[in-house]
Amino acid sequence: MKKVPGIIEIRFHGRGGQGAVTAAQLLAKAAFLEGKWSQAFPFFGAERRGAPVTAYTRISNKPILLRSQVYQPDHVVVLDPSLFAYVNPLSGLNEGGFVIVNTSKDPKDLNIPPNFAVATVDATSIALDLKLLLAGIPIVNTAMLGAIAKATNLVSVDSVEKVILKTWPDKRGEINARAVRLAYESTRIRPAIKS
Amino acid sequence: MSTEILNGNHTAAYAAFLCDVDVVAAYPITPQTPVVELIAEFVESGRLKARFIRVESEHSAMSVCVGAAFAGARTFTATASQGLALMHEVLHWAAGARLPIVMCNVNRALGSPWSIWADYSDSAAQRDTGWLQVYCKDNQEILDSVIQGYRISEDSRVLLPVMVCYEGFILSHTYMPVHLPPREEILDYAPKKKPSWALNFDAPYTHGNLVLPVHFQHLRRQMHEAMQMARKVIVEAVDEFRKRFGRFHGALVETYQMEDAEHAIVSIGSLGAESFLAVDLLREEGLRVGAVRVRFYRPFPSEELRQLLKEVHSVTVFDRFASYGKGGMLSVEVRDALFELKDPPAVHGYVVGLGGVDVPYTVLADFVRRTVKDYAKVKRREEVIML
Repeated sequence: MKKVPGIIEIRFHGRGGQGAVTAAQLLAKAAFLEGKWSQAFPFFGAERRGAPVTAYTRISNKPILLRSQVYQPDHVVVLDPSLFAYVNPLSGLNEGGFVIVNTSKDPKDLNIPPNFAVATVDATSIALDLKLLLAGIPIVNTAMLGAIAKATNLVSVDSVEKVILKTWPDKRGEINARAVRLAYESTRIRPAIKS
Repeated sequence: MSTEILNGNHTAAYAAFLCDVDVVAAYPITPQTPVVELIAEFVESGRLKARFIRVESEHSAMSVCVGAAFAGARTFTATASQGLALMHEVLHWAAGARLPIVMCNVNRALGSPWSIWADYSDSAAQRDTGWLQVYCKDNQEILDSVIQGYRISEDSRVLLPVMVCYEGFILSHTYMPVHLPPREEILDYAPKKKPSWALNFDAPYTHGNLVLPVHFQHLRRQMHEAMQMARKVIVEAVDEFRKRFGRFHGALVETYQMEDAEHAIVSIGSLGAESFLAVDLLREEGLRVGAVRVRFYRPFPSEELRQLLKEVHSVTVFDRFASYGKGGMLSVEVRDALFELKDPPAVHGYVVGLGGVDVPYTVLADFVRRTVKDYAKVKRREEVIML
């Protein structure tokens, strides 16, 4: 399918309760803060806690007329590496695009084909260290935004922090902003190798 | 106020807030629920000084709206799908009583079987209730259509209720930038009025009592005339809106690249946004294609369509609702509008996207290419398409 020129599409894979849908919205807000047009939406099926969830963000320099689903994302973000066993996060991913994974592993140990770039960050440990928990589940979405900023440069880490502090103008915002910064600083990257 | 990243539902709630509605009566239903939740928060926090009346069904929700509008209150509600169907009886009553209510309908397919996803079967089935119907292509248009809706609906030349329709999930749960003008500016554009018909305990009278056949027919004719007059009022309202707020989504229709078009796409709702992308794609291939998005489905933009489509060779119409045993509802009306032309274009109608099936612009472009290929031989086509 022909992509609309100038629109960057990001697909988030998470589990219900991890905050993939919120991450997509926060990324859209950060891009808008930087003067871009943006859009965020979840794929709606039968969501429930723990079940695979996808959400999307679109970013563009022009107003976005797309209302259909994302089929060929430019980057994918995986909030839970165990999802690789159930869904294919690489499905439709554009050559050279980033696969950004929440894992303690190094990018080279992930077995991702060389035509994609890989970024890894241990968002779960960051969330546990900061006691970012909701109903016992580590909330990893904000840390993943730090990794997205580091890997893709689509938005600056400052913009992400600003949006988080505006969304939660209290202690929660501060802790989440810290998660963003820690993730940004600890993200490891393996560029795509041109085939 | 400011520009926020809002989903369609929260935009609708902000619209009610900014229009300073007095009474909201609603029953929650997927995918409309966040509209009601946010309005309830506005009322609970005291930011919106309104009565939020909880009811046990949509039939009651619209009945409360009718009562509130009779009392002269600025009234708002929102529903979807089965809820709108349950309101059906009272929708006639609201329009017949000439009450200026504004309602958001979050389009969702009707069962059976259950679906929570979008098509227009719910609002299309209310086409003949006497409500004005506007269909949105983005969240900003939801906000602006509710604001325009109060101005149009409460205009003494119209006095008919307005249904602002937007697709479930496609707009209702999608976040986009939405500019929220200050409330004072909105209330200056669409000021609240003290209606002359407002019920008054000191001078009681009745509404809607039994009338003789000849009177009934007279009142229905007035309804039709008001709907015809609404065409003019809509144009005035969107022109004034553009002057004050700098935004324009079209009056009864929105057009794209129609100036030199040889072939046209006619569609409605979010399909309209995708159709503009299909135009860009087809023009890259050298086809002179333009698009018309039907914004108001009632009153129907017959004259606008005649003027815009009189020179084109073919029209490809995309419907998100079907009339079983006939075909697409929009294509039937487009063909009817073009009947008076001396040499009307071929009209190929496709029903797509039922129950939320995704319809990317590339698919729209495929159908237009098919039309362009055989329009000279095939004057009309009517298909319900499986994607």
